[in-house]
Amino acid sequence: MPKTLLDVDGLTVRFEVKRGSGWGKKSYLYAVDDISFEVKQGETLSIVGESGSGKTTAALAVARLVPAHSGTVMLDDGNVLEKQGEDLRQTRQKVQFIFQDPYSSLNPRKRADSIVREPLDNLSEKSEDEKTTIVAELFEAVGLRPEQMKLFPHQFSGGQRQRIGIARALATQPELIICDEPVSALDVAVQAQILNLLRKLQREYNLTYLFISHDLGVVQHMSDAIAVMYMGKIVEHADRISLFTSPRHPYTQALLSAVPTVDRTQRAKQKRILIPGDPPDPINLPKGCRFANRCPIAEAQCSQTEPELKDVGQGHKVACHLV
Amino acid sequence: MSKMESEQEFEKARSPFAEAWGMFRRNHTAVGALGVLLLILLGAIFGPFLYGVDPFEMVWAPFSPPGEEGFMLGTDYLGRDLLAMIISGARVSLLIGLSAALVSILIGVTVGALAGFYRGWVEEVLMRVTEFFQVLPTLLFSMVLVALFGASLPMITFAIGVVSWTAVARITRSEFLRIRELEYVMAARASGGSNKTLMFTVILPNALPPIIVQSALMVGSAILFEAGLSFLGLTDPNVVSWGQIIGSNRQYILDAGYTVTFPGIAIFVTVLAISLVGDGLNDALNPKLRQR
Repeated sequence: MPKTLLDVDGLTVRFEVKRGSGWGKKSYLYAVDDISFEVKQGETLSIVGESGSGKTTAALAVARLVPAHSGTVMLDDGNVLEKQGEDLRQTRQKVQFIFQDPYSSLNPRKRADSIVREPLDNLSEKSEDEKTTIVAELFEAVGLRPEQMKLFPHQFSGGQRQRIGIARALATQPELIICDEPVSALDVAVQAQILNLLRKLQREYNLTYLFISHDLGVVQHMSDAIAVMYMGKIVEHADRISLFTSPRHPYTQALLSAVPTVDRTQRAKQKRILIPGDPPDPINLPKGCRFANRCPIAEAQCSQTEPELKDVGQGHKVACHLV
Repeated sequence: MSKMESEQEFEKARSPFAEAWGMFRRNHTAVGALGVLLLILLGAIFGPFLYGVDPFEMVWAPFSPPGEEGFMLGTDYLGRDLLAMIISGARVSLLIGLSAALVSILIGVTVGALAGFYRGWVEEVLMRVTEFFQVLPTLLFSMVLVALFGASLPMITFAIGVVSWTAVARITRSEFLRIRELEYVMAARASGGSNKTLMFTVILPNALPPIIVQSALMVGSAILFEAGLSFLGLTDPNVVSWGQIIGSNRQYILDAGYTVTFPGIAIFVTVLAISLVGDGLNDALNPKLRQR
């Protein structure tokens, strides 16, 4: 049994929302509301959910790129959220981030090699020669040619840019890499290349991934475990096989039914569960379950009390009254 | 585009600077204006050595028209050589133009960068201060400064700089507000960049293009501003400047129009050249016009 590398408990991120003329009462938008999950060393946890479900915000909070309101994020034995100064620098070496949009995540004024080198310059005390060697190795590891090191980001294609982003994330030899929809901005042929590269690197360097995505096909390919988020809450958390074969939460069931299949016989069997309506207003959240107003099987109690995330067997956790 | 061409394009590792120069070069007006500007600059630097007439010396009878007695532009109401005065004035005008622009860039970029980067109360305070300076009547305020603290060149430079930094501050702030939300800034933070690193090595270089354009235009307006101040007599009496020549000869505009015309042309040509170069820079640095 691999040890737990990242243990997130009760993580909450809220943003202040100004309404009216600015003198009114402050209201808060809870983008991530009291979520807990853990990731085992060398494995991949995927967080899936629709736009606005808080998955990216949760990832940013784990990496200390947006401030968290409460909760703990334990990495090894320290709480990431409490680190300051030198400690935070040490933590940043261990947690790196791959961004969604390869077109805006690379500084257009820097050459490829200095982009990859940046974390080394800021976070490590290695000598110049060592850094140069590491950068050259990273270029090879992500499948870029050495003569491309002196080019500027706009001279690369989307897939190549994402490779630079991956090389940058690897530079400090991190333990945890947070991938925020790393392939959603790429076209499908390139997506496969990048995903295979990520898996190859995971095996070679024993990396742990926190993988954010809305693409269930990608998630199925990448993950060991999956957490489904809706409106800032985790509604279901299970290992990959158990989630894909027996989804328990009505929201997860609807999501999975929306994945298109190529197989004709499968397609005939599959019934698409539609979710009517829109998500509730994130500032005035309804009482009870947040999915109740769109849920096909909701009962009276669903709009009264909020369901807890509870274990329904073999580590499969669901937040639903009716499971 | 054929395969050959794209390969070729791909192998060229041009810096953004070289790329901007490539764009600038295509704008013939701006290149011409840059040439004129360089000529003026060379004239200001080497002119006094080549044309060794003292601009303060009375060399000939007052109001001799241009061309007479070998004085190409004639003499003014005190019999001083107008050409020597304009050459000497070029130094002062350009020096004040450049250094006043520098002062306002320093103030403006600092204020704008802090406001745009830190947001919150820092931004509130700094932007209210900026607005305060924006609503001050600029000419009047700098006249008061110069009248109070004396008409020395540094004081005039400071007086011009201090009333014209607001535009730079606003531009810098808006660029910082835009760029700080981009992913590469967050990536730099994830790579361990401190606030200082983020501000000066990540955001500022990317915010530079509009600031450079604004600075170029500001040199022009600083020269005009200095001309205005010295026209009103608020100038260092120990140096000659273009505005001062016009100001001191203005009573004789009907009898000896050339005494105000030539320095006027000098101001006009210089400011126009600077504006055209600024315009060319704007086109060259504007990524929307760049072919990629």
